Amino acid sequence: MASTRTVAGASGTDTGTAGRAPARPAAPRRRLRGVLELTFFLAPALSLYLGFVLLPILLAAWYSVYDWNGIGPLDDFVGLENYRRTLSDPVFRGAFWHNAIFVVLSVGLQLPLALGLALLLNRRLRGRGALRSIFFAPYVLSEVTTAVIWLLMLQPEGFVDKVFDVVGLGGLVQLWLADSKIVIYTLFVVITWKYIGFAIILLLAGLQGIPAELREAAALDGASAWQSTRHITLPLLGPTIRIWCFLSIIGCLQLFDLIWIMTLGGPANASNTMATYLIDHGFRRYEFGYGSAVAVIMFTISFVFAVLYQRFVLRRDTEGALTRMVR
Amino acid sequence: MTTLDTREAAAPAPLAGRSRGAWASRSLTMYVVGILLAGVTLVPMLYVIVGGFRTTPQLNADPAGLPDPWVRENYEDTLASGAFWRQIWNSLLIASIATVIAVSVGALAAFALSRYAFRGREALYTLFTIGLLFPVGVAALPLYLLLRQIGLLDNPLGVAIPEAAFSLPVTIVILRPFMREIPSELEDAAVVDGATRFGFFWRILLPLSVPALTTVSVLAFVTSWNYYLLPLLVLSDPDQITLPLGVAAFSTEYTQDTARILAFTSLSMVPALAFFVLAQRRIVGGLTGAVKG
Repeated sequence: MASTRTVAGASGTDTGTAGRAPARPAAPRRRLRGVLELTFFLAPALSLYLGFVLLPILLAAWYSVYDWNGIGPLDDFVGLENYRRTLSDPVFRGAFWHNAIFVVLSVGLQLPLALGLALLLNRRLRGRGALRSIFFAPYVLSEVTTAVIWLLMLQPEGFVDKVFDVVGLGGLVQLWLADSKIVIYTLFVVITWKYIGFAIILLLAGLQGIPAELREAAALDGASAWQSTRHITLPLLGPTIRIWCFLSIIGCLQLFDLIWIMTLGGPANASNTMATYLIDHGFRRYEFGYGSAVAVIMFTISFVFAVLYQRFVLRRDTEGALTRMVR
Repeated sequence: MTTLDTREAAAPAPLAGRSRGAWASRSLTMYVVGILLAGVTLVPMLYVIVGGFRTTPQLNADPAGLPDPWVRENYEDTLASGAFWRQIWNSLLIASIATVIAVSVGALAAFALSRYAFRGREALYTLFTIGLLFPVGVAALPLYLLLRQIGLLDNPLGVAIPEAAFSLPVTIVILRPFMREIPSELEDAAVVDGATRFGFFWRILLPLSVPALTTVSVLAFVTSWNYYLLPLLVLSDPDQITLPLGVAAFSTEYTQDTARILAFTSLSMVPALAFFVLAQRRIVGGLTGAVKG
């Protein structure tokens, strides 16, 4: 709460610069009033946010230097041992690589597919509204529902296998979720099914911001459809693509629900992500100190990525969710 | 001249190519691909819905067949079970509380962040946007301990309040630019007419912000409705669990009875899909708006 006060307290000093309000004398009573108003508006949000979002992260950092099962006294200080153990655990490293694989596949496969579909849906096409709704529908389903649906469809000799058989691809059938070499790619397909609609919607919104005249002019100058897509549409879609990449990568680093329900990170840790590893250690083995260290590492990775991405990638864009702080 | 004519005729179509014939055939190919992929997207949902009308022996005999005969028993049993409706109610209650808290508290903060000038304002805004990077997963362990400490375990509020807190960043990120765009002349006029800052907020700004408020409400509601991990940790009483927990529990409980799982799962999709149909514009507008500012 101290920070509320500081922030609010600072307000009095520059009420005069509050451009929207008519100029008024900086009388002490006005200043006090400004402080009280700001406290009234900001205190609820700040206390909620600090208490339930930031405080837990700080607590995690504190717990992470103890060996603790979450119940007894917090007195077994182990320093950075939990971090050392996490970073040297091959299972955690594997989990990290799985997250990285999801990132690479999303940007490398999901994005081009979404782009193609967005370009298609951006045309005047009969039924394009319906198509867009269909692609977007899975996005509103919970990851739990998605997981249960696909879990059932992917059973050995289940729906998916049967469909492969019927179209003559029976030879390609795998143990989709039980083969440790395949499982991560199966999960990626499911994730794409659920989230591609979001990418399409975003890209469509970006496409609609590109003036049609540009492409018409290029067409008049003899550019082919592919050329004007490659040299006009894609560059102008850059900001949207970069924002999508940001959200998608953050999402990939945090994957949990879907994987937890479909595989519990198995078989033999083959589909663990950092988040499933964290919950597995925290709540199934009651290693709260250790789990907290994992949480801090996970947060640090997301945070460092976000800062670097903003610094080096989003900086070029004038608008973006996180960059557009000052206007 | 003929080529020019073709171009002009094709110009209104965004992807005008060199000749109309080639354009049409490529367009047709893409159209077919699009419809095919839409089919692939639909199949899993149809599988669940139609599968719920079959019996488990039918499903085992031919996992990709149509119901023969159609049985309504699975759906009827689910709809007659108290558990299903209780879970809907629990989800509704928690999502409503979370939405009301997130939007009301978020609107107050967004107002201060958009229409007051004070030192540290941008830093504060950045602090809120950092929250976009926190998944509940990262905070789960300490959050659980915190809720245990303040006695909110096994309490719907123990789910709703943290969910509201985690919805705050996106709420503020959407509301602030919207509130900024409202002309300052309105505020000046209100002040001249003797309105206080709060009076302006309450009587003028909030009513004008209804579109943005609807959007953030929808987003907060859907997010809460779909949460899995947090309610899983907080709620242990089967009478208190939310729908996603119910779906997950049901699917492990009746592993031998696939048809029942399918019926339960497909009914659990109904509220989400209905909501999607009703609020699609808001969801889409909110998501793209949040990203584009």
